[in-house]
Amino acid sequence: MKKFTFRKGGIHPPQDKLTAEKGIVDMPLPSKVVLSLSQSIGVPAVTSLKKGDKVRRGDMVGQPGGFVSAPVHTPISGTVVSVGTVTSPTGMFSNGIVIEADENDHRADLQMIGDMTFVRSEAEALALSKEQLIDIIGNAGIVGLGGATFPTKVKLLPPEGMKADILIVNAAECEPYLTCDEAIMLEQPREIVEGVRYLMKAAAVDKAVIAIEDNKPRAIETMTQAVHSFDNITVATCRTKYPQGSEKQLIKAVTGREVASGALPVSVGAIVDNVATVLAVYHAVRWGLPLIERVVTVTGPSVSNPGNYRVPVGTTLSTLADMAGGIPDDTGKIIIGGPMMGKAAITLDSPATKGVSGILFLPESQSHRRVPTPCVRCAKCVDACPMGLEPYLISILSAQSRFDEADSNHVADCIECGSCMYTCPSARPLLDNIRVGKSTVLARRRAKKIMN
Amino acid sequence: MSVILSSTLLLGGIGVAGAGLLYVVAKKFYVAEDPRIEEVEALLPGANCGGCGYNGCHDFATACCNATSLNGMNCPGAGPAAMEKIASIVGLVADVTVPKVAVLKCNGTHAARQAIVIYDGAASCALLSTVAAPGCRFGCLGQGDCVKVCRFGALKMDAETGLPVIDDEKCTACGECVTHCPRKIIELRNKGPRGLRVWVDCSSRDKGGVAMKLCKSACIGCGKCAKECPHGAIVVENNLAYIDFEKCRLCRKCVDVCPTHAIHTANFPKPKVKAETL
Repeated sequence: MKKFTFRKGGIHPPQDKLTAEKGIVDMPLPSKVVLSLSQSIGVPAVTSLKKGDKVRRGDMVGQPGGFVSAPVHTPISGTVVSVGTVTSPTGMFSNGIVIEADENDHRADLQMIGDMTFVRSEAEALALSKEQLIDIIGNAGIVGLGGATFPTKVKLLPPEGMKADILIVNAAECEPYLTCDEAIMLEQPREIVEGVRYLMKAAAVDKAVIAIEDNKPRAIETMTQAVHSFDNITVATCRTKYPQGSEKQLIKAVTGREVASGALPVSVGAIVDNVATVLAVYHAVRWGLPLIERVVTVTGPSVSNPGNYRVPVGTTLSTLADMAGGIPDDTGKIIIGGPMMGKAAITLDSPATKGVSGILFLPESQSHRRVPTPCVRCAKCVDACPMGLEPYLISILSAQSRFDEADSNHVADCIECGSCMYTCPSARPLLDNIRVGKSTVLARRRAKKIMN
Repeated sequence: MSVILSSTLLLGGIGVAGAGLLYVVAKKFYVAEDPRIEEVEALLPGANCGGCGYNGCHDFATACCNATSLNGMNCPGAGPAAMEKIASIVGLVADVTVPKVAVLKCNGTHAARQAIVIYDGAASCALLSTVAAPGCRFGCLGQGDCVKVCRFGALKMDAETGLPVIDDEKCTACGECVTHCPRKIIELRNKGPRGLRVWVDCSSRDKGGVAMKLCKSACIGCGKCAKECPHGAIVVENNLAYIDFEKCRLCRKCVDVCPTHAIHTANFPKPKVKAETL
């Protein structure tokens, strides 16, 4: 069997998929949710709600603030307690809404999950037009659930003159530890395939590929069976290699096409959506359910009860940690997301957002970085960079504030996968510096655009 | 023998011809440069810091010699004495400027603000400000970006407090640290007579309770100082007091009323301890 992969760079970190055998456990609906209005890339959502307003489960509480923006919905019925700032796990502030459930509402909510009813039959859903589907997806607040939280609706509306011909469903899940995508593939393969069909219609493509890494043989088997009756949907087995799940790398692996520097994936005719996003599309189209819950992996070497949990958006992360048996005593670092791309949290009193794919508790012994020593010019980072950049060079240029030179060495193409830092024998903070360079270069480009 | 002779003549001939060519070129393409530019440049520090607003010292020297008035032209690095000399070279009157100094507006020392995280990434405030906001959102990040950009060696990190210390004597108020601080907590303030100055040593715009919880020496925006100030030099905006150095008369009444001791002074003599009366 042919196994797909991208050629350039990449690394093989230990997989540590501790929760691969665990089924999805439903989190109870919380009696209080904190909803950030910045849950997607782009413009934050805006709200017109005030303290004391009544909302019902599934209501849109935040309207999109621009074209690249997604609405926010509430998973519980109740009363708006306050509209103000919400702290993210990294300590950053954003606007948000706090909603508390009333006793009666809450009981009604709890029953609603049980008897979820279809708003459309399969035939009705398949009869929907492209525009209707894009509208449903946009109004449901669906964003890329792989972690980048790019509004899915925007992907389906490519710029003038570009046309997609293939939909790639990203189920690579190349991050170590995370198993949330695998869990939904094992439990809801039929729903995912149906979601793929709706997305294919919305994107007007006639071919779809579900890309899964070969460290998930059960998921590959399940999905292959599920797509059996559809000629235009196939499952592509990818070789396990990080960062296979990165958009550009996955396109290269599956189709062999290379996305140009600074270009959109649709410029080579590909639309990439995460498998969890596809499931959310199914829920939106068939159940009329906006994106108010997602599957989160809570894991770590010493977590007593690691698992995959279906979490209502807005649930406090600490309750999620409690579900998994509390924060282990030897915890040295808590990472929101996977160990490669995730961010270290400074508080767990923050709500789960649409982009949270996992919480990882690393023990003290694994939490500290080694002390950096001088660069020995071994060029391991150059070999590891999946984007073909020279990390040692752009890191130094960024650290020395030589941003023009960093720009001409394509610092803006960095996907921040961290492969360079992973391989560096001198433990140099390569990505740290590159991040500063990249954000400065991008900010300068934006400023230039505005000036012109 | 003839080999030696011919080669000497040939190489010597090339040398003479080259010298002649250089002479002609030097005469023909001579650019008359104002000799004063070199004189002026010699008085400048040569750090090319850009504090004057020009692209380096040579550019500034050229601008001085071409200027019709020196108003608004000042090299903060060279100081007023050098500016007087430059003025006499170019035959103009020096712009009288009040000397300024960079002032850090944060007193979130390790003692005042408990560190809640251990950061072991690259030592860069620019990075830390984007990846996380541990504790006070407005305070010093302590990674020393300002120290790195100072070309005059006027800043150094104090390991005990975790804050940069600015050397009055060495600081030329070029403003490099001000632009590189991601939290924007360094301000160029009047140096004051004999270096005497009073300022609010905090940048927190958090509400009083929040600010106090995060840092013991935060300005809580209570407004006591503004009420006390007889000269109307203090305004409280967004939960933060600000002393206008143009209006401040250095009476220091505000210093004593501040409940969190967030108002700091520099270079005042220590008050004499009164002899205890029996």
